[in-house]
Amino acid sequence: MLSRTADNLFWLSRYVERAENMARLMEMGYRMALMPAVVDGNRSEWESVLSASGCASSYDPDAPLRQEEVANFLIFNRDNPSSIINCFESARASARAMRTAITAEMWEALNNSLMELRRPSMQNLAKNELPEFIDWVKRQGSLFRGTTDSTILRNDGYDFIRLGTFIERADNTARLLDVKYYVLLPETSMVGDGVDNYQWTTVLRAASSLRAFHWVYRDDYSPHRIAHFLILNPFSPRSLAHCAEQITYHLDRLARHYGQRHNVHGQAVEMYSLLTQSEMDEIFSNGLHEFLTDFQGRNRALSNAIGEAYYFGGQ
Amino acid sequence: MFNEMKMDDQVREPYRALVDWMEASGPEVLEQKRLEAETLFRKIGITFAVYGEGGDPERLIPFDLIPRIFTAGEWRKLDRGVKQRARALNLFLYDVYHNAEIIKAGIIPADLIFKNDAFEPAVIGIDPPRKVYSHIVGVDIVRTGPEDFYVLEDNCRTPSGVSYMLENREIMMRMFPDLFKSLRIEPVESYPDMLLKTLKSIAPPKCDREPNIVVLTPGAMNSAYYEHSFLADQMGVELVEGQDLFVYEDRVYMRTTRGPARVDVIYRRIDDAYIDPLCFRSDSVLGIPGLMNVYRSGGVAICSAPGAGVADDKAVYTYVPDMIRFYLGQEPILNNVQTWKCGKPDDLKYVLEHLGELVVKEVHGSGGYGMLVGPASTKEEQVAYAQRIKADPDDFIAQPTLALSACPTFVESGIAPRHVDFRPFCLVGDDIRLAPGGLTRVAMRDGSLVVNSSQGGGVKDTWIMSD
Repeated sequence: MLSRTADNLFWLSRYVERAENMARLMEMGYRMALMPAVVDGNRSEWESVLSASGCASSYDPDAPLRQEEVANFLIFNRDNPSSIINCFESARASARAMRTAITAEMWEALNNSLMELRRPSMQNLAKNELPEFIDWVKRQGSLFRGTTDSTILRNDGYDFIRLGTFIERADNTARLLDVKYYVLLPETSMVGDGVDNYQWTTVLRAASSLRAFHWVYRDDYSPHRIAHFLILNPFSPRSLAHCAEQITYHLDRLARHYGQRHNVHGQAVEMYSLLTQSEMDEIFSNGLHEFLTDFQGRNRALSNAIGEAYYFGGQ
Repeated sequence: MFNEMKMDDQVREPYRALVDWMEASGPEVLEQKRLEAETLFRKIGITFAVYGEGGDPERLIPFDLIPRIFTAGEWRKLDRGVKQRARALNLFLYDVYHNAEIIKAGIIPADLIFKNDAFEPAVIGIDPPRKVYSHIVGVDIVRTGPEDFYVLEDNCRTPSGVSYMLENREIMMRMFPDLFKSLRIEPVESYPDMLLKTLKSIAPPKCDREPNIVVLTPGAMNSAYYEHSFLADQMGVELVEGQDLFVYEDRVYMRTTRGPARVDVIYRRIDDAYIDPLCFRSDSVLGIPGLMNVYRSGGVAICSAPGAGVADDKAVYTYVPDMIRFYLGQEPILNNVQTWKCGKPDDLKYVLEHLGELVVKEVHGSGGYGMLVGPASTKEEQVAYAQRIKADPDDFIAQPTLALSACPTFVESGIAPRHVDFRPFCLVGDDIRLAPGGLTRVAMRDGSLVVNSSQGGGVKDTWIMSD
């Protein structure tokens, strides 16, 4: 497979996943904002969404940090490279640059998503009915993954698509968890009270994991359990552990297919072991935010190493 | 004017079943079908960009639902005529890059070839595999009467439009399954297979295995990009850009996830001038440095071969009937349109005196740009154009304004006749192959004779009826 094609496939699926995760971040902000403010200065949900999205630096510093402005920035702003519309534009541009490597069904899914998103009515929907808009974005992600799953050849191209999905998803689950860090909980007494727990459950909702969590842990909505579910539990489809497992799986498939292993294979195994061998207590006592920051760094390094191993930058 | 569907108020025989069906269905059903077809095109993403117009870079090419239909007998003549032409053009190309017998025989003036911008000194004496230069010849044909077909021009470099021939058929089969069941329409879907066979058959001398074939595109911003990706996909070969290829020692390789992979045959959709910055335009970023050296030493085959463009120049066109006589010893089956060469003083005088009646074209132009359609032009335009001709007469040819045949077409006011032309795609390799069909282009504006998609022309499916 052409290196350029592999590069495009990898980024194509990253962008689709990113669009969906931007929507999930907003879902968290929206739900947290529905909670009554119990403490002065606690209304920082949208600011934390912005920080966790990683796009705060391109946000107009004079613009208010309210739902309308932040959501519009995360969805439609053309100067924000990770805005949902830019994610779909980039995904479609990648797809168009290698039409031969994806199926007609995948192309139609991507093409339709962008065509719909460009309609003026979508701006109104996002403004007036944000939850409905968020559902729409999540559906587009499902549509893309579904058509991919049911139509594409299980060759190396499939592995690059899946690698993109899970690298991006891992990054985004880490960001979702980190929103909690950015939401200021000024006094230790507040940790573990009603508001705090509610905020933790919103993390689960945004990860579409509330029901799944309930099946696994029943009604123990403690931060400890929730963080465990999204970080270390390999059965949770958005957990860091599951993402790492999938990444090693697809890298192994590539190694078998090509008959060659690279540095990236060692790095992936290392990341996977970190997640299978860590304990939640240890992570909390060393600092959840620090753990998540370290993880995001490793994940970025892994993404770069994939590019190096398969000549994304040329030979 | 010849109406493809009606003659003497009678529906012509090949169109009878279609007309019956249309009358039985009624205008609402047809309008519904038209909207469905447009949605399908947009969904699949079949688009055609127009250079220099701004706006939507992925404009839809207008697709007209009413097919253009040929009888089996009409097609037999076209098939023979097109293959004859493709054969003669390739013999001519081999000749001018070797002994130039046709020039020595005094049939074609030497200056017209050797001073031609499209003549490529870099390939003199090189023998391309099977001595073929133009592997895909697109012949533009117009019709003026029941038996009167004329060749308007030849396209020997990289004629585009074949993806429309295939996709139009796909859409038509989805929209009108009943018609396809009841009528016997020749299938065109074998074209990609025939193209692949043709490309395999021209593997270079150094290739000692199943050849690795690629389609080389300038990239997703090119107006015909959809077609490039479509053909690569249909043949199951890689679609590459210049940046994906490189020369190492005496071979061409592509950059893959497993490291370099050798390439044997390149079906390029990039002009000669851009394929190798070391040999041609040094500012080209689309090409592959060193490609021509590999080509010369038999390490790679290029389709169409560099230099093939000298055969489809509009001034050389006028000599194609002579080429057929000279190389094949046959009379041309398809005639040329009468052409005045402004380089000749008598012709120039005639052209300047009759600008209002003629179609004048730039010799090296294509895509319908820079031409003057006499009857549709204003006095001022004619005066300005006359200045251009006088400044460089060699650069212009003129032809009579032909009464192009018209085919019923959906327009805003309903169904009305619009002018059409026809481009079949002839493949030349170990054999000469022609799929039974081609691209029918239609001028969407009333009275317009310009069918180029870059000038707002549309397309139709073309049906060849079986006997």
